[in-house]
Amino acid sequence: MSELALPKVDKSTILNRDKIVSKLKRIIKSENVLDHNDEIKPYETDALSAYKQKPLVVVLPETTQEVSEILKYCNKEKIKVIPRGAGTGLSGGALPLKDSILLALGKFNKILEIDFENRCVIAQPGVTNLSITHAVQHKGFYYAPDPSSQIACSIGGNVAENSGGVHSLKYGTTSNNILGLEVVFMDGTISRLGGKTYDSEGYDLLGLISGSEGLLCVITEVTVKILKKPQTVKAALIGFPTIEDGGNCVSDIIASGIVPAGMEMMDKALIEATDNFSKAGYPRDAESMLIVELDGTKSEVDELINKVSAIAKKNNSSSLKISNNEEERLKFWAGRKAAFPACGAMAPDYYCMDGTIPRRKLSEVLKEISRLSQKYDLPVANAFHAGDGNLHPLIMFDANDKEQLEKTEQFGTDILKYCVKVGGVLTGEHGVGFEKRELMCEMFNDNDIQQQLRIKKALDSHSLLNPGKVYPILRKCAEEGRVHVHRGREKFPDIPRF
Amino acid sequence: MFIEGEKNSQTFQDSENTLKPNDELEVSKIIQDLYKNNLPTEIIGSGSKRQIGKKLQCAKTLKLSKLSGVIEYLPEELYIKVKACTPIFEIETLLKKHNQQLAFEPLDFGYMFFGESNKGTAAGHVSCNFSGSRRFKVGSIRDHVLGFRAVNGKGEIIKSGGTVVKNVTGYDLSKLICGSYGTLVALTELTFKVLPAKENSNTIVIHELSIQDAAQILNKVASSSSDVSGAVFLPTEPKIGNYNNNIEQLFKLNDLKFKGSFTAIRLEGSKKSILERLSDLNKELNLSNKKVSNLDLYQSILFWQKINNLEFFNNSKNTILRAVIPPSTCTKLINYFKNKYKYFVDWAGSLVWIEAENFAEDELFSLRNFIVNLGGYLTVIKRPHHLGSLNEIFTINLNRLNISKNIKQSFDPKGIFNPGKMYTGN
Repeated sequence: MSELALPKVDKSTILNRDKIVSKLKRIIKSENVLDHNDEIKPYETDALSAYKQKPLVVVLPETTQEVSEILKYCNKEKIKVIPRGAGTGLSGGALPLKDSILLALGKFNKILEIDFENRCVIAQPGVTNLSITHAVQHKGFYYAPDPSSQIACSIGGNVAENSGGVHSLKYGTTSNNILGLEVVFMDGTISRLGGKTYDSEGYDLLGLISGSEGLLCVITEVTVKILKKPQTVKAALIGFPTIEDGGNCVSDIIASGIVPAGMEMMDKALIEATDNFSKAGYPRDAESMLIVELDGTKSEVDELINKVSAIAKKNNSSSLKISNNEEERLKFWAGRKAAFPACGAMAPDYYCMDGTIPRRKLSEVLKEISRLSQKYDLPVANAFHAGDGNLHPLIMFDANDKEQLEKTEQFGTDILKYCVKVGGVLTGEHGVGFEKRELMCEMFNDNDIQQQLRIKKALDSHSLLNPGKVYPILRKCAEEGRVHVHRGREKFPDIPRF
Repeated sequence: MFIEGEKNSQTFQDSENTLKPNDELEVSKIIQDLYKNNLPTEIIGSGSKRQIGKKLQCAKTLKLSKLSGVIEYLPEELYIKVKACTPIFEIETLLKKHNQQLAFEPLDFGYMFFGESNKGTAAGHVSCNFSGSRRFKVGSIRDHVLGFRAVNGKGEIIKSGGTVVKNVTGYDLSKLICGSYGTLVALTELTFKVLPAKENSNTIVIHELSIQDAAQILNKVASSSSDVSGAVFLPTEPKIGNYNNNIEQLFKLNDLKFKGSFTAIRLEGSKKSILERLSDLNKELNLSNKKVSNLDLYQSILFWQKINNLEFFNNSKNTILRAVIPPSTCTKLINYFKNKYKYFVDWAGSLVWIEAENFAEDELFSLRNFIVNLGGYLTVIKRPHHLGSLNEIFTINLNRLNISKNIKQSFDPKGIFNPGKMYTGN
């Protein structure tokens, strides 16, 4: 990968390592301070494993008070701190710095309260996304945001990244589904924001902190809303002879007043790749394919399925299957959920991009991606959360070929720039993190970025919390890389990503 | 006068102290001058919610009402981009033509403050972040703002967000400006997420329930999979005191068959789906042995309009308060002030609107304390003359206040925007 500039290393922190370690061992239990090389190694990267850097030391606090004491000490001594949840982030948001303390929240792994009456769950940040649903599903409830890494990603990390999932159009992302937070600011101040009520008064700090990528505070407790499961869920699998037909069908479904629970699109390259990989029974002759999921009461879902089928036919659908039972519905999804590993099987490496575009620009953007694919002579497969416009092109390449690697990075940058050009954004759900930092000026001008940096300063006056992420360090916009997975050596190869 | 050479300009001012810019660039220019001259300024749109918040003493008024008009509306993209002070009524009318809506149901504070409809502007709604009855299902205004452009306290034009729902590029300032009462920026442009309007609306009204029974029903429907989009309780008490508009006067609908309190539940969607859910709820709530009225389409729509127009408090001369609480504590709160204040419960038990006659500051103090102990908060919405200089309009703790001060300063370093509107020094 090409080099991205890192914040200036504070040599005195490195020189004082022993002193810092012994102080930390006085603040928290000494077994929770990891200072040996082999103990630190697992923390050198997150799921963007192309970037690696060992931190000075890793701390695993067990209580909010301990987090507060650590931050207070670091703030006083001007030591950088990198917060980390489960480390499943795809944008390098938890990448350590040489002179930083990595603060991992793995020991905050308990669900503290399940309150059905107020329809919420209070969880520590290290609790995984899926285990919240597991804790409440016996009463028919669930937690709505479902990022694809939900078996491993933590709820604290979800808040930090404002994670989405395939159901965001109807059910929103993390920030729309949390009610309260307990956080610790860099000066050690512990704050409780929100609670079991809606729309707390005062500035919407919950909204500001959601998606702030660990730059503003450390999250130590999360209160999430839980919802009752819909009575019926069905999916339609629709093939189209052209990309345009598929794209038009998406627009027509939305324009007709239907808000599907999920609407996913794949191009021919990905249909073939995933069907080879998972035998999901996809229409292999189609140029594009849609999975449209609808939920609600039984009659409502049947009605919507009929409407969607009619719209698909009007848009020249070449095939249409409706799930007759839960098993079939899950089978429809199996291929889509295998998109990443399927690409991994086709090429030594792939880059996953994460732009969001206006839905109507889909055909145009896919054409541009196809043109770029020819220009750079690199194959690409496209997965698209069509419902909310979130596009995940997967560029296939061989990282051992230095020229290909450079071309891939340029290709990825060109795609993201094009997303912004057509009215979209750089990242829909993976975060800016380390990797897209220098592209921020594609979307924001100096005033916009300075305003955001002033907010950072307002809450972290010495810029010690997760520095070097989200905002450009250099004044110019460099062009850098994205998620890079090499020969299965990704951090969590077993987590489905889609 | 502080803008050199434009002393008599009608472009900027219609009276000595009111500035009325025509566009974003003028807003920026004016604020640069206000910044340079340290002039505290009240920012208003149409002024429909101007009375909410602490009393201001400002050298200037920046009236943004000329920033009005739809910039871009793409129904199939589910967003509308407008100039900040576009009347909300205009936006709703346009969306209606395309069978779409602002799902958070903008409230109408006009009846409460002026005795007639006045829905105000887009920016006004965003700045206050008060959402209507559908909130517990679809989120509040802050969940429907996708992006904005604005001018900060130094006169710099800034933007955040975009037009798409899935966007994690940089801090989400769109949420931060919601409920900030014009203390952070002067808004110039807003992009809202819009959603399809439902074809039909139907309301079940259960009569004569006590607050205890009603609260249980509200909780049950909010936790059911019947996709309820409105759940309110309107009592008949208090029988004493000087309160206008009891529910019988307000809801004169043909199909309301009984008197006594209303526990109303709204279903929206296709006819078929509503029928199916009605029958589910019938069983779930055991409605066969209760006094029930059913309001179909027009009466149902009218019913919820009256709720969200806050007509319950039409022309009230009393103090009006808004309490947001964990829904399980609803009965506790009502029992605390029962038969003393007029009230109604919205958001399936999470929101209580209160009207209090002869309300004294010490009463506010104890009520707020009680609510804070339940895990909620209390906002003073309307106050009669004797509470005019009231300091504690909002509920806040010291810790949050310090964070808020820092954030305020990062947008408005000299504190010239609506100084003290929310909290002293903020």
